[in-house]
Amino acid sequence: MAIAIVLVLLVVGSVLFQFLSPWYFTPIASNWSAMDDTISLTFWVTGVVFVAVNLFLAYCVVRYRHRKDSRAKYEPENKKLEWWLVGLTAAGVAAMLAPGLFVWANFVEVPSDAAVLEVVGRQWSFGFRFPGNDGKLGTVDARHVSDKNPFGMNPDDPNGQDDVLISGSELHLPVDKPVKLLLRSIDVLHNFAVPQFRAKMDLVPGLVTYIWLTPTRTGKFDLLCNELCGVAHFAMRGKVVVEEERAFQAWLSGHPTFAQAAARAPGDAAAGRPLYAVCAACHGAQAEGNPALHAPKLSGQGDWYLQRQLKYFKQGTRGAHDKDVFGKMMAPMAATLGDDTAIDNVSAYIKTLPDNPAPATVKGTASDGMSDWYLVTQLKNFKQGVRGAHPQDMYGPQMALMSEILADDQAINDLVAYINTLR
Amino acid sequence: MDYVAHDASAFAPPAEVDEMELYHPKTFVGKYIWSQDAKVIAIQYAITAIGIGLVALVLSWFMRLQLGFPNSFQFINPSNYLQFVTQHGMIMVIYLLTALFLGGFGNYLIPLMVGARDMVFPYVNMVSYWVYLSAVLLLIASFFVAGGPTGAGWTLYPPQAILQGTPGATWGIILMLVSLALFIIGFTMGGLNYVVTVLQARTRGMTMMRLPLTVWGIFTATILALLAFPALFVSAIMMLLDLTLGTSFFMPALVSMGQQSEHTGGNPLLFQHLFWFFGHPEVYIVALPAFGIVSDLLSVHARKNIFGYRMMVWAIVAIGGLSFLVWAHHMYVSGMNPYFGFFFATTTLIIAIPTALKVYNWVLTLWHGNIRLTVPMLFAIGFIFAFIHGGLTGLFLGNVTVSVPLSDTMFVVAHFHMVMAVAPIMVVFGAIYHWYPKITGRMLNDTLGKFHFWVTFLGTYAVYLPMHYLGFLGVPRRYYAVGGTDFIPASAQSLNAGITIAALIAGAVQAVFLYNLVWSYFKGKPAGGNPWNATTLEWQTPDTPPKHGNFGPTLPSVYRWAYDYSVPGAEQDFIPQNVPAREVARSGTKT
Amino acid sequence: MGIFHELTVKPWATDQGKVDDLHAGGTSPPAARKLALRVFLAVVAVLFTLLVTAYSGRMAYEDWRPAPQVSLLWANTLVLILSSVALQWAQYSVRRGRIDAMRVGLLAGGTFTVVFLFGQFLAWRQLATMVYFELTNPAIAFFYLITGLHGAHLLGGLVAWGRTVARVWGDFDVAKTRQSVELCTVYWHFLLLVWLVLFGLLFTGNNLDVLLKLCGIR
Repeated sequence: MAIAIVLVLLVVGSVLFQFLSPWYFTPIASNWSAMDDTISLTFWVTGVVFVAVNLFLAYCVVRYRHRKDSRAKYEPENKKLEWWLVGLTAAGVAAMLAPGLFVWANFVEVPSDAAVLEVVGRQWSFGFRFPGNDGKLGTVDARHVSDKNPFGMNPDDPNGQDDVLISGSELHLPVDKPVKLLLRSIDVLHNFAVPQFRAKMDLVPGLVTYIWLTPTRTGKFDLLCNELCGVAHFAMRGKVVVEEERAFQAWLSGHPTFAQAAARAPGDAAAGRPLYAVCAACHGAQAEGNPALHAPKLSGQGDWYLQRQLKYFKQGTRGAHDKDVFGKMMAPMAATLGDDTAIDNVSAYIKTLPDNPAPATVKGTASDGMSDWYLVTQLKNFKQGVRGAHPQDMYGPQMALMSEILADDQAINDLVAYINTLR
Repeated sequence: MDYVAHDASAFAPPAEVDEMELYHPKTFVGKYIWSQDAKVIAIQYAITAIGIGLVALVLSWFMRLQLGFPNSFQFINPSNYLQFVTQHGMIMVIYLLTALFLGGFGNYLIPLMVGARDMVFPYVNMVSYWVYLSAVLLLIASFFVAGGPTGAGWTLYPPQAILQGTPGATWGIILMLVSLALFIIGFTMGGLNYVVTVLQARTRGMTMMRLPLTVWGIFTATILALLAFPALFVSAIMMLLDLTLGTSFFMPALVSMGQQSEHTGGNPLLFQHLFWFFGHPEVYIVALPAFGIVSDLLSVHARKNIFGYRMMVWAIVAIGGLSFLVWAHHMYVSGMNPYFGFFFATTTLIIAIPTALKVYNWVLTLWHGNIRLTVPMLFAIGFIFAFIHGGLTGLFLGNVTVSVPLSDTMFVVAHFHMVMAVAPIMVVFGAIYHWYPKITGRMLNDTLGKFHFWVTFLGTYAVYLPMHYLGFLGVPRRYYAVGGTDFIPASAQSLNAGITIAALIAGAVQAVFLYNLVWSYFKGKPAGGNPWNATTLEWQTPDTPPKHGNFGPTLPSVYRWAYDYSVPGAEQDFIPQNVPAREVARSGTKT
Repeated sequence: MGIFHELTVKPWATDQGKVDDLHAGGTSPPAARKLALRVFLAVVAVLFTLLVTAYSGRMAYEDWRPAPQVSLLWANTLVLILSSVALQWAQYSVRRGRIDAMRVGLLAGGTFTVVFLFGQFLAWRQLATMVYFELTNPAIAFFYLITGLHGAHLLGGLVAWGRTVARVWGDFDVAKTRQSVELCTVYWHFLLLVWLVLFGLLFTGNNLDVLLKLCGIR
């Protein structure tokens, strides 16, 4: 008896949960509302079956429970009833399948006016490529991929020269324009998924896959990797900004083409030396750092790292958070560097300075590389959302999610003490 | 119609039963360790499978702790979180469920139910278990090698399964793949036995259509497994070669952690096709034995014949056949040619029809029954509820368009746990409560059994019903932490915490079950030979537990199908399969 | 009674009961062994079918580079055919009670098989020393995988063969041996058939167009 009552309660509870719970699809922002419709249809058909069969089950348990004087009916089969049930089920299945296939036909057929762009996945970030003025994407190959050429562009392909490369994990799309996204990966499987768009597809190394959609409302949406891609899978995220055509064009033109990016000369250390004078006040003449002034050691750092951080400080990606006291001091300093060339030059100069081990402040002995007290501060900043929360920060959000692993200050100190032992 | 009347035994020719050559061991080791008795092998399989399954249960707790209470536990980090996910899935699907249903229940029940003395190749059967055990040991060993076990997800998708950036990408994955290959070799030995025993060793009068559905389910599942496992075997070997020799079966030219790899020209989707060509039948390898067993539980405890036996057999065969034509519904968003979606969505939804028919016939078996709410019956009803739920959510994921927004979200996790974890495990428990008296001669404690049922049933539903809604929200699966997003409300975290608490409770209550198993072995109520008044042959053995050779000096002859319950005209409400019509006591009043 | 008819009977019906009671039942070890071999061959057939499917699927890609020809394979194929013929001769002989001829057939079959395996090994070595040999080429990797798995199945067959050979000296049970010889023969014929398909496939790798035309792709 109890089981019958519980079955009824579970049915009622499940139906109520469906209608009353606040947890359901986020409002749609693409043309794929037909997907939502097929889901609603499936809900109705399966919901009716769920309720009907379970209530009948509960009824049977009550009505035909064991009684001493009663006996079960001997009823090997009832062909008519069984075929009716098969027929009804087939009709229900067809009612769900047919609309699904129609929508799928739309999904695989890309409209001819869809603008093409490319999404590139790598462990653990997204990059994007627009075809530029000629409307054609240049050829690519994993064999061309390097630090300087993260997209693997074929340098000899004329079609690729004007391709616009976007290395940050933020993609802008014009509203109400159909787009075809070509998806590829340079390492492992990834997935391009924006919950508001409904459509999603894997990025497969060695292949180019695609989806198409039309964003239907402006806004900023989360982009998530939905295919397991290694340890930091959960931290592989980006943003998709849907905006009016004009704003989109402005955003797009702010990014360099492949040719422009390739043409940049390497930093000139001699030209960087006078620029460093400003830095030396806090970071020291040999870039050895000064804990008293909260200025970390710079010598021995990778020039790519220094360049990125200087840019971040300059454009407000770093050093803008209220609680980032020392970052806010650095930001105006970085602003004194006029352009990207200046940044390249000063980092080229820092690279020439000797990398003397900094005294350990946490534990252990003098350490190479970054000042250990600075590591501690920054890990805390990441953990508290002081650093890495800015939308323009490409790798910061990943590090912020990772820093959550460190439960408390003790864990951070222990980690840094371990790093001090590495040579 | 008089269902009792026919008596063919008078003119049936004497059975020409060619006695099997049984090896009769004298020592303890020969009887219980290097045993060739299918019943002992079954118990060895079951204990090993449940033992490793408990490890996987604990791993699932670790996962749930992280998801429910993120970053509260120092020992869980993104790397070992993935290892927990992977090993939990792999152990549960292959090393627990497949081994338990086929190696455990298959070994115990097939010879007894078809009326055979043992499996036809007892020696091969023994080797099968020891190969399985070594596969399990290799799997355990992978927890202790440098880098730990693989964390590539139970699907082991390349390229990431064998590249840096994934935990256990060297020794972990090697041991995993070798262990799988061993498992398959061991299973093939056992599987040959099951198939040949069912086809060749049935006793006199036991036609295929007189077999209990349990045997049909295990038999069909074994054929599926024999034909599906080669796909996993081949892909495991190919991945091993990709990893160790640098071949490029699955590995295209790629850049891993800034390093150009040597590979060129491989195709990651080839692995996925091979994997799911095995992986989808695998679902039915677990489901079909459960279908068969639950049919028998329902029939026995409702005192009624299974409704629509023929349709039930056809449905098992049809599902088995169709299961080889649906594999790519796991790959709708994998980047395969999207036009495949039309075909696979159609085949997948067609398979729903025989499956639905099975559900109807289970419920119709209860209809007009005389239902005893014993513990096995409770678990059987729990199975029906869980399977309806899991089956219906399968219609969301099988239908290609509907599936896309839900792919790779927690909805998938919730769905396959309803259909592949909760539903089969309900049957496993029901079956253990049902057959434990035959295996040990003692009943399991009823009160503990009911407590175990209620907490497990309600607990698992409390875990998985809300989880579907996390999927609707768009929470991706295999995420160590959800982090901050604009579309997942903060309340989802409390939902996650609630799920974790339910999971911990549902998991912990299994201790009651284990305690019951041990306690009842010594203190349980003596069961007698046929405590449930069941018709099938395993309940008609002269000894309980059955001795080596199962049936004493002569094998039973079978005179009826497996479902003569509440036959009009018979005095008792069941007629065992080996009772000829002339020996059936007539009630005299009713016809 | 066909399987389809059997599946449609009503096992509960009185009339059907009379028919079903006549099922003699019981085990006969020879029949069981024969059936077991057939089921096993089905498993092996699936294994190689999947490999062949994967291979031809990969072959259709544009960047397919065929593996270099190893003409030794022609000789190996001939040797494998001989081993099958020898076993067929052994089976023919044992059925007619000519035990000596059977022994010759058995031994010759096994010897040819060992020669075949050695030949395959030489083919591996040859391929490995060729100038444009590279393991990352899928055609070459597939070649090793396919020939390796086929060889492994023959090795397994040799174990069964060895157990049979060990039994045929002195006083022995002819009926039992006869079945062992028959089962070995079936297995060898099957593996020969598999090899012929694989051999054809490995060599059409060089004549991709022919194969694609045969499949109607081009």
